[in-house]
Amino acid sequence: MRNIQANQITKSISELFTQCSYIIGDDIKDSIDTALKIEPSPIGRNTLLQISQNYDIAARERIAICQDTGMSVVFVELGQDVHIEGGQFEEAIQQGVREAYLHGYLRKSIVAEPLFERVNTKDNTPAVIHTRIVPGDKLKLTAVAKGFGSENMSALKMLVPADGIEGVKRFVLETVERAGPNPCPPIVVGLGIGGTFEQAALMAKEATALPLSRSNENPKYKQLEEELLTRINELGVGPGGTGGLTTALKVHIIYAPTHIAGLPVAVNICCHAARHASQIL
Amino acid sequence: MENIHLDLPLDEKTVRSLRAGDAVTLSGSIITGRDAAHKRLVDLIDQGKELPVDLNGQAIYYVGPAPASPGHAVGSAGPTTSYRMDVYTPKLLDLGLRAMIGKGLRSKEVVESMKKNGAVYFGAVGGAAALISRSIIASEVIAYPDLGAEAIHRFTIKDFPVIVIIDSEGNNLYESGPKLYKKTAL
Repeated sequence: MRNIQANQITKSISELFTQCSYIIGDDIKDSIDTALKIEPSPIGRNTLLQISQNYDIAARERIAICQDTGMSVVFVELGQDVHIEGGQFEEAIQQGVREAYLHGYLRKSIVAEPLFERVNTKDNTPAVIHTRIVPGDKLKLTAVAKGFGSENMSALKMLVPADGIEGVKRFVLETVERAGPNPCPPIVVGLGIGGTFEQAALMAKEATALPLSRSNENPKYKQLEEELLTRINELGVGPGGTGGLTTALKVHIIYAPTHIAGLPVAVNICCHAARHASQIL
Repeated sequence: MENIHLDLPLDEKTVRSLRAGDAVTLSGSIITGRDAAHKRLVDLIDQGKELPVDLNGQAIYYVGPAPASPGHAVGSAGPTTSYRMDVYTPKLLDLGLRAMIGKGLRSKEVVESMKKNGAVYFGAVGGAAALISRSIIASEVIAYPDLGAEAIHRFTIKDFPVIVIIDSEGNNLYESGPKLYKKTAL
């Protein structure tokens, strides 16, 4: 048994959201700078240049990369030998979000109720929290700041087994092409394939927060990731959607066992500012 | 890329001379507004009431800025996705709104209204919010302060970088641009 103080969790969450809102991952920055060298569209290159310069300004001046600092999503891997003391676990996370957004000059974008009043909660809470209990005595926290320009372009479809591999490809390509300029391309595409309705969506969200260097361990899925990336970039959407060959930086797939009658596919689109950060306590 | 510099406000003749794909920098005064402010403005228009801001000849920027850190006029302030405003936009164009700055697709109704009224849709780079904020040199809230980031602000901008996405003839860079680079049919 290992004790972790609730206020350590709060401090970690606050730092993770602040950090990922100001500083883009090296993988994304490198990928944009590489695309800048090969993108044939002059307007597209200008867009990539602004994106790259924007990352530098945000990191240097410690200001938000994007004004939409997102809805806060937290993935938790909680070791079963961890005991949390000095406060309630989920409230410790919410307090971390509150502190990051109140003190970090981050926009508060959450309304308390979605349909009738839509009143802003003024501190970006509540965060969406997904917790898994895992072996061990560590606590891994992953903060994801998810902007809604790209979230709104995401889609889920309950395909059937007969739709097969071609059906999955078609759905992904249609979703990305229909989104066009809206999700701030170049995008990161997270795919959840299999599981149930909600599991597919959750896997897709988790996939958007993987490092760009990661590929699926299953060679067939790795090949599908690569083929989809190529075909998405052949759509011509381009940086900012004004035409070009850089539409996506990466396609990540996470898959899971599913029912004999089903083939759920979730496409979670993330803008180029794919903001996430992790810490292990 | 060759760049056209324009001072605001824009007159109809200038707007009608712009073409999709033109790179433009803007200087002068613009107003901001997004979902909630648009809803309120159009509610007032529908009730025949006076608006808190004169839209005639104005340029509107679809943005909800992040809070300003010390020493800056605004926080990060990139464009939000424009289609959410589409249902309201033709009514604002009919009142003389001359230019819109945002990112992303527009509806057929908006494009038709732009052609009729002589308006232009500029795109700013989505997610370049820290960079863009450096061309906003002053900011004040002029209506709906209760909306926070969604309030209507007046921004003073200098050399604000945009691209003409849809011009007053309805030419659309989001259609013509990708066509040049698309390799495969779905």
